Amino acid sequence: MSKEWPLWEVFIRSQHGLAHKHVGSLHAPDAEMAINNARDVYTRRNEGVSIWVVKAADIVASSPADKDALFEPSNSKVYRHPTFFPMPEDVKNL
Amino acid sequence: MYAQMVETGLKQVQTRADMSAEEQAFQARIDAGVKIEAKDWMPEAYRKTLIRQISQHAHSEIVGQLPEGNWVTRAPTLKRKSILLAKIQDEAGHGLYLYSAAETLGVSRDELLAALHSGKAKYSSIFNYPTLTWADIGAIGWLVDGSAIINQIPLCRCSYGPYARAMIRVCKEESFHARQGYDIMMKLAQGTPEQKAMAQDALNRWWWPSLMMFGPSDAESVNSAQSTAWRIKLFSNDELRQRMVDQTVPQAEFLGLTVPDPDLKWNEERGHYDFGEIDWEEFYNVLKGNGPCNKERLRTRVKAYEDGAWFREALVAHADKQAAKKAAA
Repeated sequence: MSKEWPLWEVFIRSQHGLAHKHVGSLHAPDAEMAINNARDVYTRRNEGVSIWVVKAADIVASSPADKDALFEPSNSKVYRHPTFFPMPEDVKNL
Repeated sequence: MYAQMVETGLKQVQTRADMSAEEQAFQARIDAGVKIEAKDWMPEAYRKTLIRQISQHAHSEIVGQLPEGNWVTRAPTLKRKSILLAKIQDEAGHGLYLYSAAETLGVSRDELLAALHSGKAKYSSIFNYPTLTWADIGAIGWLVDGSAIINQIPLCRCSYGPYARAMIRVCKEESFHARQGYDIMMKLAQGTPEQKAMAQDALNRWWWPSLMMFGPSDAESVNSAQSTAWRIKLFSNDELRQRMVDQTVPQAEFLGLTVPDPDLKWNEERGHYDFGEIDWEEFYNVLKGNGPCNKERLRTRVKAYEDGAWFREALVAHADKQAAKKAAA
Protein backbone atom coordinates (compact mmCIF):
# COMPACT_ATOMS: atom_id res chain seq x y z
CA MET A 1 0.00 0.00 0.00
CA SER A 2 1.70 3.22 -1.12
CA LYS A 3 1.93 6.30 1.03
CA GLU A 4 0.05 9.34 -0.21
CA TRP A 5 2.23 12.39 -0.70
CA PRO A 6 1.57 15.26 1.70
CA LEU A 7 -0.52 18.23 0.54
CA TRP A 8 1.21 21.60 0.16
CA GLU A 9 -0.42 25.01 -0.24
CA VAL A 10 1.30 27.23 -2.80
CA PHE A 11 1.86 30.99 -2.55
CA ILE A 12 3.35 33.02 -5.42
CA ARG A 13 4.78 36.53 -5.51
CA SER A 14 3.97 37.61 -9.06
CA GLN A 15 6.25 40.61 -9.19
CA HIS A 16 8.63 42.48 -6.88
CA GLY A 17 6.81 44.68 -4.41
CA LEU A 18 3.72 42.51 -4.25
CA ALA A 19 2.89 40.06 -1.48
CA HIS A 20 2.73 36.29 -1.98
CA LYS A 21 -0.77 35.20 -2.96
CA HIS A 22 -2.38 31.79 -2.41
CA VAL A 23 -2.87 30.13 -5.80
CA GLY A 24 -3.77 26.55 -4.96
CA SER A 25 -2.30 23.30 -3.72
CA LEU A 26 -0.42 20.23 -4.89
CA HIS A 27 0.94 16.94 -3.58
CA ALA A 28 4.69 16.32 -3.41
CA PRO A 29 6.92 13.96 -1.40
CA ASP A 30 9.20 16.75 -0.11
CA ALA A 31 9.77 20.50 -0.14
CA GLU A 32 12.17 20.52 -3.10
CA MET A 33 9.73 18.67 -5.35
CA ALA A 34 6.91 20.86 -4.07
CA ILE A 35 8.74 23.99 -5.26
CA ASN A 36 9.62 22.44 -8.64
CA ASN A 37 6.08 21.18 -9.16
CA ALA A 38 4.65 24.56 -8.10
CA ARG A 39 6.86 26.19 -10.72
CA ASP A 40 5.48 23.81 -13.38
CA VAL A 41 1.85 24.02 -12.36
CA TYR A 42 1.45 27.65 -11.34
CA THR A 43 4.00 29.71 -13.29
CA ARG A 44 3.89 28.58 -16.91
CA ARG A 45 3.29 32.12 -18.09
CA ASN A 46 5.94 33.98 -16.17
CA GLU A 47 3.56 34.64 -13.29
CA GLY A 48 6.12 34.34 -10.51
CA VAL A 49 9.30 35.74 -9.05
CA SER A 50 9.06 33.79 -5.80
CA ILE A 51 7.32 30.64 -4.56
CA TRP A 52 6.42 29.61 -1.00
CA VAL A 53 5.15 26.12 -0.27
CA VAL A 54 3.68 25.29 3.12
CA LYS A 55 2.50 21.87 4.27
CA ALA A 56 -1.29 22.14 4.47
CA ALA A 57 -1.11 20.42 7.86
CA ASP A 58 0.93 23.38 9.22
CA ILE A 59 -1.66 25.98 8.30
CA VAL A 60 -3.88 27.14 11.13
CA ALA A 61 -7.13 28.80 10.03
CA SER A 62 -9.83 30.67 11.89
CA SER A 63 -13.10 28.78 11.99
CA PRO A 64 -15.91 30.04 9.73
CA ALA A 65 -18.35 29.43 12.58
CA ASP A 66 -16.43 31.96 14.72
CA LYS A 67 -16.44 34.63 12.02
CA ASP A 68 -19.01 36.96 13.57
CA ALA A 69 -17.56 36.90 17.08
CA LEU A 70 -13.94 37.09 15.90
CA PHE A 71 -14.44 40.17 13.73
CA GLU A 72 -17.05 41.92 15.87
CA PRO A 73 -14.64 44.47 17.44
CA SER A 74 -14.14 46.27 14.11
CA ASN A 75 -17.85 46.53 13.27
CA SER A 76 -18.56 49.42 15.66
CA LYS A 77 -15.38 51.50 15.30
CA VAL A 78 -16.22 53.63 12.28
CA TYR A 79 -13.93 56.37 13.68
CA ARG A 80 -10.98 54.30 12.45
CA HIS A 81 -11.82 55.58 8.96
CA PRO A 82 -10.65 59.08 7.87
CA THR A 83 -14.07 59.77 6.35
CA PHE A 84 -15.55 59.92 9.87
CA PHE A 85 -13.83 63.32 10.29
CA PRO A 86 -15.08 65.91 7.77
CA MET A 87 -12.57 68.71 7.33
CA PRO A 88 -13.39 72.34 6.48
CA GLU A 89 -12.95 73.06 2.78
CA ASP A 90 -10.49 75.85 3.41
CA VAL A 91 -8.12 73.55 5.23
CA LYS A 92 -5.65 71.86 2.88
CA ASN A 93 -3.47 68.78 3.20
CA LEU A 94 -5.53 66.95 5.85
CA MET B 1 -19.98 19.53 -19.92
CA TYR B 2 -16.48 18.36 -19.27
CA ALA B 3 -18.56 16.88 -16.48
CA GLN B 4 -21.65 15.73 -18.31
CA MET B 5 -24.83 14.66 -16.52
CA VAL B 6 -23.59 14.91 -12.92
CA GLU B 7 -25.77 13.11 -10.37
CA THR B 8 -26.92 15.20 -7.38
CA GLY B 9 -28.38 12.12 -5.69
CA LEU B 10 -31.71 13.91 -5.25
CA LYS B 11 -35.06 12.85 -6.74
CA GLN B 12 -36.48 16.37 -6.79
CA VAL B 13 -35.32 19.91 -6.25
CA GLN B 14 -35.41 20.83 -2.56
CA THR B 15 -37.99 23.41 -1.55
CA ARG B 16 -37.65 25.56 1.58
CA ALA B 17 -40.11 23.25 3.34
CA ASP B 18 -37.80 20.27 2.77
CA MET B 19 -34.77 22.08 4.21
CA SER B 20 -33.44 22.00 7.75
CA ALA B 21 -32.57 25.32 9.43
CA GLU B 22 -28.92 24.87 8.44
CA GLU B 23 -29.85 24.12 4.83
CA GLN B 24 -32.08 27.20 4.70
CA ALA B 25 -29.24 29.39 5.97
CA PHE B 26 -26.93 27.81 3.40
CA GLN B 27 -29.43 28.42 0.56
CA ALA B 28 -29.80 32.05 1.69
CA ARG B 29 -26.04 32.52 1.29
CA ILE B 30 -26.16 30.95 -2.17
CA ASP B 31 -29.06 33.19 -3.19
CA ALA B 32 -27.19 36.26 -1.89
CA GLY B 33 -24.20 35.36 -4.11
CA VAL B 34 -21.91 34.61 -1.16
CA LYS B 35 -19.09 32.20 -2.08
CA ILE B 36 -18.95 28.92 -0.19
CA GLU B 37 -15.44 27.95 0.98
CA ALA B 38 -13.96 24.59 1.95
CA LYS B 39 -14.58 24.70 5.71
CA ASP B 40 -18.08 26.22 5.50
CA TRP B 41 -21.07 24.08 6.43
CA MET B 42 -22.71 22.62 3.32
CA PRO B 43 -25.39 20.01 2.62
CA GLU B 44 -23.93 16.56 1.99
CA ALA B 45 -25.61 16.45 -1.42
CA TYR B 46 -23.95 19.76 -2.43
CA ARG B 47 -20.57 18.40 -1.35
CA LYS B 48 -21.06 15.09 -3.20
CA THR B 49 -22.32 16.80 -6.38
CA LEU B 50 -19.28 19.07 -6.45
CA ILE B 51 -16.86 16.22 -5.80
CA ARG B 52 -18.37 14.35 -8.76
CA GLN B 53 -18.45 17.36 -11.06
CA ILE B 54 -15.02 18.77 -10.25
CA SER B 55 -13.27 15.39 -10.31
CA GLN B 56 -14.89 14.43 -13.64
CA HIS B 57 -13.81 17.79 -14.98
CA ALA B 58 -10.26 17.03 -13.77
CA HIS B 59 -10.29 13.53 -15.29
CA SER B 60 -11.40 15.08 -18.60
CA GLU B 61 -8.35 17.37 -18.65
CA ILE B 62 -5.92 14.51 -17.99
CA VAL B 63 -7.51 12.08 -20.46
CA GLY B 64 -7.83 15.02 -22.88
CA GLN B 65 -4.05 15.10 -23.20
CA LEU B 66 -4.09 11.71 -24.96
CA PRO B 67 -5.74 12.53 -28.33
CA GLU B 68 -3.29 15.40 -28.76
CA GLY B 69 -0.29 13.48 -27.43
CA ASN B 70 -0.86 11.24 -30.42
CA TRP B 71 0.43 13.94 -32.80
CA VAL B 72 3.37 15.43 -30.88
CA THR B 73 5.95 13.36 -32.79
CA ARG B 74 4.26 14.17 -36.12
CA ALA B 75 3.62 17.92 -35.85
CA PRO B 76 4.50 19.51 -39.23
CA THR B 77 7.00 22.05 -37.82
CA LEU B 78 9.10 22.51 -34.68
CA LYS B 79 7.03 25.58 -33.80
CA ARG B 80 3.76 23.62 -34.04
CA LYS B 81 5.31 20.87 -31.90
CA SER B 82 6.35 23.36 -29.20
CA ILE B 83 2.89 24.92 -29.25
CA LEU B 84 1.18 21.52 -28.99
CA LEU B 85 3.46 20.50 -26.09
CA ALA B 86 2.62 23.78 -24.32
CA LYS B 87 -1.10 23.09 -24.74
CA ILE B 88 -0.73 19.54 -23.40
CA GLN B 89 1.22 20.87 -20.40
CA ASP B 90 -1.61 23.32 -19.78
CA GLU B 91 -4.11 20.44 -19.73
CA ALA B 92 -2.03 18.71 -17.06
CA GLY B 93 -2.03 21.95 -15.11
CA HIS B 94 -5.79 22.33 -15.50
CA GLY B 95 -6.32 18.78 -14.27
CA LEU B 96 -4.17 19.56 -11.25
CA TYR B 97 -6.01 22.81 -10.40
CA LEU B 98 -9.25 20.84 -10.51
CA TYR B 99 -8.01 17.86 -8.46
CA SER B 100 -6.83 20.38 -5.86
CA ALA B 101 -10.25 22.03 -5.82
CA ALA B 102 -12.00 18.65 -5.50
CA GLU B 103 -9.70 17.63 -2.64
CA THR B 104 -10.74 20.68 -0.59
CA LEU B 105 -14.11 18.89 -0.25
CA GLY B 106 -12.63 16.02 1.73
CA VAL B 107 -11.68 13.40 -0.84
CA SER B 108 -8.17 12.13 -1.57
CA ARG B 109 -6.33 12.09 -4.91
CA ASP B 110 -5.91 8.31 -4.64
CA GLU B 111 -9.69 7.86 -4.23
CA LEU B 112 -10.37 10.03 -7.27
CA LEU B 113 -7.85 8.21 -9.45
CA ALA B 114 -9.15 4.82 -8.29
CA ALA B 115 -12.65 5.88 -9.40
CA LEU B 116 -11.35 6.91 -12.83
CA HIS B 117 -9.27 3.76 -13.34
CA SER B 118 -12.09 1.43 -12.31
CA GLY B 119 -14.42 3.09 -14.82
CA LYS B 120 -16.68 4.35 -12.04
CA ALA B 121 -15.95 8.02 -12.66
CA LYS B 122 -16.58 9.49 -16.08
CA TYR B 123 -14.74 11.98 -18.24
CA SER B 124 -16.08 14.00 -21.17
CA SER B 125 -17.37 11.88 -24.06
CA ILE B 126 -15.40 13.95 -26.57
CA PHE B 127 -12.08 12.40 -25.60
CA ASN B 128 -13.18 8.97 -26.74
CA TYR B 129 -12.74 9.94 -30.40
CA PRO B 130 -9.50 9.34 -32.33
CA THR B 131 -7.20 11.98 -33.86
CA LEU B 132 -6.77 10.66 -37.40
CA THR B 133 -4.92 13.56 -39.07
CA TRP B 134 -2.97 16.70 -38.13
CA ALA B 135 -6.12 18.71 -38.99
CA ASP B 136 -7.83 16.99 -36.03
CA ILE B 137 -5.46 18.91 -33.73
CA GLY B 138 -6.76 22.12 -35.30
CA ALA B 139 -10.39 21.01 -35.06
CA ILE B 140 -9.98 20.03 -31.40
CA GLY B 141 -8.49 23.39 -30.39
CA TRP B 142 -11.12 25.28 -32.36
CA LEU B 143 -14.26 23.25 -31.56
CA VAL B 144 -13.54 21.31 -28.37
CA ASP B 145 -11.61 23.98 -26.45
CA GLY B 146 -13.99 26.54 -27.96
CA SER B 147 -16.93 24.64 -26.44
CA ALA B 148 -15.06 24.24 -23.16
CA ILE B 149 -14.60 28.02 -22.94
CA ILE B 150 -18.34 28.58 -23.37
CA ASN B 151 -18.99 26.14 -20.52
CA GLN B 152 -16.21 27.36 -18.26
CA ILE B 153 -16.77 31.11 -18.32
CA PRO B 154 -20.05 30.87 -16.34
CA LEU B 155 -18.35 28.41 -13.94
CA CYS B 156 -15.99 31.24 -12.94
CA ARG B 157 -19.04 32.62 -11.10
CA CYS B 158 -20.23 29.36 -9.50
CA SER B 159 -20.98 29.26 -5.79
CA TYR B 160 -18.03 27.13 -4.65
CA GLY B 161 -14.95 29.35 -4.16
CA PRO B 162 -12.13 26.91 -4.97
CA TYR B 163 -13.89 25.70 -8.15
CA ALA B 164 -14.68 29.26 -9.32
CA ARG B 165 -11.08 30.39 -8.75
CA ALA B 166 -9.69 27.32 -10.56
CA MET B 167 -11.97 28.17 -13.48
CA ILE B 168 -10.65 31.74 -13.64
CA ARG B 169 -7.10 30.40 -13.99
CA VAL B 170 -8.23 27.86 -16.59
CA CYS B 171 -10.16 30.42 -18.69
CA LYS B 172 -7.12 32.71 -18.90
CA GLU B 173 -5.14 29.85 -20.44
CA GLU B 174 -7.91 28.31 -22.51
CA SER B 175 -8.16 31.08 -25.11
CA PHE B 176 -4.63 30.26 -26.34
CA HIS B 177 -5.91 26.70 -26.88
CA ALA B 178 -8.81 27.81 -29.05
CA ARG B 179 -6.68 30.27 -31.04
CA GLN B 180 -3.89 27.82 -31.79
CA GLY B 181 -6.51 25.39 -33.10
CA TYR B 182 -8.12 28.00 -35.33
CA ASP B 183 -4.65 29.09 -36.48
CA ILE B 184 -4.00 25.53 -37.68
CA MET B 185 -7.39 25.43 -39.44
CA MET B 186 -6.67 28.75 -41.19
CA LYS B 187 -3.30 27.55 -42.45
CA LEU B 188 -4.85 24.35 -43.84
CA ALA B 189 -8.01 25.96 -45.24
CA GLN B 190 -5.91 28.57 -47.05
CA GLY B 191 -3.36 26.00 -48.27
CA THR B 192 -3.37 23.39 -51.03
CA PRO B 193 -6.60 21.63 -52.10
CA GLU B 194 -5.38 18.53 -50.18
CA GLN B 195 -4.83 20.59 -46.99
CA LYS B 196 -8.25 22.20 -47.29
CA ALA B 197 -9.85 18.78 -47.82
CA MET B 198 -8.09 17.50 -44.68
CA ALA B 199 -9.43 20.48 -42.70
CA GLN B 200 -12.97 19.85 -44.02
CA ASP B 201 -12.72 16.17 -43.12
CA ALA B 202 -11.67 17.01 -39.54
CA LEU B 203 -14.58 19.45 -39.20
CA ASN B 204 -16.94 16.75 -40.52
CA ARG B 205 -15.83 14.31 -37.83
CA TRP B 206 -15.56 16.69 -34.82
CA TRP B 207 -18.63 18.91 -35.31
CA TRP B 208 -21.38 16.64 -33.92
CA PRO B 209 -19.33 15.18 -31.03
CA SER B 210 -18.52 18.79 -30.01
CA LEU B 211 -22.22 19.67 -29.91
CA MET B 212 -22.79 16.56 -27.79
CA MET B 213 -20.23 17.84 -25.25
CA PHE B 214 -22.91 20.12 -23.78
CA GLY B 215 -25.03 17.11 -22.84
CA PRO B 216 -28.64 16.34 -23.73
CA SER B 217 -31.42 18.87 -23.29
CA ASP B 218 -31.91 19.26 -19.54
CA ALA B 219 -35.27 21.02 -19.42
CA GLU B 220 -36.63 17.98 -17.52
CA SER B 221 -33.52 17.17 -15.53
CA VAL B 222 -33.84 17.21 -11.74
CA ASN B 223 -30.06 17.13 -11.40
CA SER B 224 -29.67 20.24 -13.58
CA ALA B 225 -32.45 22.06 -11.72
CA GLN B 226 -30.87 21.32 -8.34
CA SER B 227 -27.40 22.33 -9.58
CA THR B 228 -28.95 25.57 -10.81
CA ALA B 229 -30.60 26.22 -7.42
CA TRP B 230 -27.17 25.73 -5.82
CA ARG B 231 -25.62 28.08 -8.41
CA ILE B 232 -23.20 25.42 -9.59
CA LYS B 233 -24.81 25.46 -13.02
CA LEU B 234 -25.74 28.87 -14.41
CA PHE B 235 -27.04 28.11 -17.92
CA SER B 236 -28.87 25.15 -19.42
CA ASN B 237 -27.18 22.69 -21.76
CA ASP B 238 -29.28 23.91 -24.68
CA GLU B 239 -28.45 27.59 -24.04
CA LEU B 240 -24.73 26.84 -24.02
CA ARG B 241 -24.95 24.63 -27.10
CA GLN B 242 -26.85 27.38 -28.98
CA ARG B 243 -24.15 29.87 -27.98
CA MET B 244 -21.47 27.55 -29.39
CA VAL B 245 -23.27 27.14 -32.75
CA ASP B 246 -23.97 30.88 -33.10
CA GLN B 247 -20.31 31.75 -32.41
CA THR B 248 -18.74 28.99 -34.51
CA VAL B 249 -20.70 29.06 -37.78
CA PRO B 250 -19.29 32.48 -38.86
CA GLN B 251 -15.81 31.18 -37.98
CA ALA B 252 -16.35 28.19 -40.30
CA GLU B 253 -17.64 30.52 -43.03
CA PHE B 254 -14.47 32.61 -42.75
CA LEU B 255 -12.44 29.44 -43.35
CA GLY B 256 -14.51 28.60 -46.41
CA LEU B 257 -15.45 25.27 -44.81
CA THR B 258 -18.92 23.71 -44.65
CA VAL B 259 -20.50 22.74 -41.34
CA PRO B 260 -21.72 19.13 -41.85
CA ASP B 261 -25.37 19.93 -41.07
CA PRO B 262 -27.86 20.28 -43.98
CA ASP B 263 -30.43 21.68 -41.52
CA LEU B 264 -28.18 24.50 -40.34
CA LYS B 265 -29.94 27.79 -41.11
CA TRP B 266 -29.97 31.32 -39.68
CA ASN B 267 -33.38 32.02 -38.09
CA GLU B 268 -34.01 35.78 -38.31
CA GLU B 269 -37.02 35.58 -35.97
CA ARG B 270 -35.13 33.82 -33.17
CA GLY B 271 -31.86 35.65 -33.80
CA HIS B 272 -30.07 32.30 -33.65
CA TYR B 273 -29.02 29.45 -35.95
CA ASP B 274 -31.43 26.54 -36.27
CA PHE B 275 -29.55 23.27 -36.45
CA GLY B 276 -30.23 19.59 -37.07
CA GLU B 277 -31.14 16.78 -34.68
CA ILE B 278 -28.29 15.32 -32.65
CA ASP B 279 -27.90 11.54 -32.58
CA TRP B 280 -28.12 11.00 -28.81
CA GLU B 281 -27.83 7.22 -29.31
CA GLU B 282 -24.19 7.79 -30.21
CA PHE B 283 -23.66 9.98 -27.12
CA TYR B 284 -25.11 7.46 -24.67
CA ASN B 285 -23.25 4.64 -26.37
CA VAL B 286 -19.94 6.48 -26.02
CA LEU B 287 -20.66 7.31 -22.36
CA LYS B 288 -21.43 3.63 -21.76
CA GLY B 289 -17.94 2.72 -22.94
CA ASN B 290 -18.51 1.84 -26.58
CA GLY B 291 -16.91 4.85 -28.27
CA PRO B 292 -13.95 4.36 -30.66
CA CYS B 293 -11.29 4.97 -28.00
CA ASN B 294 -12.80 4.38 -24.54
CA LYS B 295 -10.89 1.19 -23.81
CA GLU B 296 -7.62 2.55 -25.14
CA ARG B 297 -7.91 5.79 -23.15
CA LEU B 298 -8.55 4.00 -19.86
CA ARG B 299 -5.87 1.38 -20.55
CA THR B 300 -3.33 4.14 -21.23
CA ARG B 301 -4.15 5.96 -18.00
CA VAL B 302 -4.05 2.80 -15.89
CA LYS B 303 -0.73 1.78 -17.45
CA ALA B 304 0.79 5.22 -16.83
CA TYR B 305 -0.30 5.02 -13.19
CA GLU B 306 0.95 1.47 -12.63
CA ASP B 307 4.20 1.94 -14.55
CA GLY B 308 4.93 5.07 -12.54
CA ALA B 309 4.39 3.43 -9.15
CA TRP B 310 8.08 2.57 -8.60
CA PHE B 311 9.03 6.22 -9.27
CA ARG B 312 6.43 7.63 -6.86
CA GLU B 313 7.51 5.13 -4.19
CA ALA B 314 11.19 5.95 -4.75
CA LEU B 315 10.46 9.65 -4.22
CA VAL B 316 8.78 8.85 -0.91
CA ALA B 317 11.69 6.60 0.16
CA HIS B 318 14.15 9.37 -0.73
CA ALA B 319 12.14 11.97 1.18
CA ASP B 320 11.91 9.69 4.24
CA LYS B 321 15.65 9.00 4.12
CA GLN B 322 16.49 12.71 3.94
CA ALA B 323 14.09 13.50 6.78
CA ALA B 324 15.64 10.77 8.97
CA LYS B 325 19.14 12.08 8.22
CA LYS B 326 18.07 15.58 9.20
CA ALA B 327 16.47 14.36 12.44
CA ALA B 328 19.59 12.39 13.38
CA ALA B 329 21.96 15.31 12.69
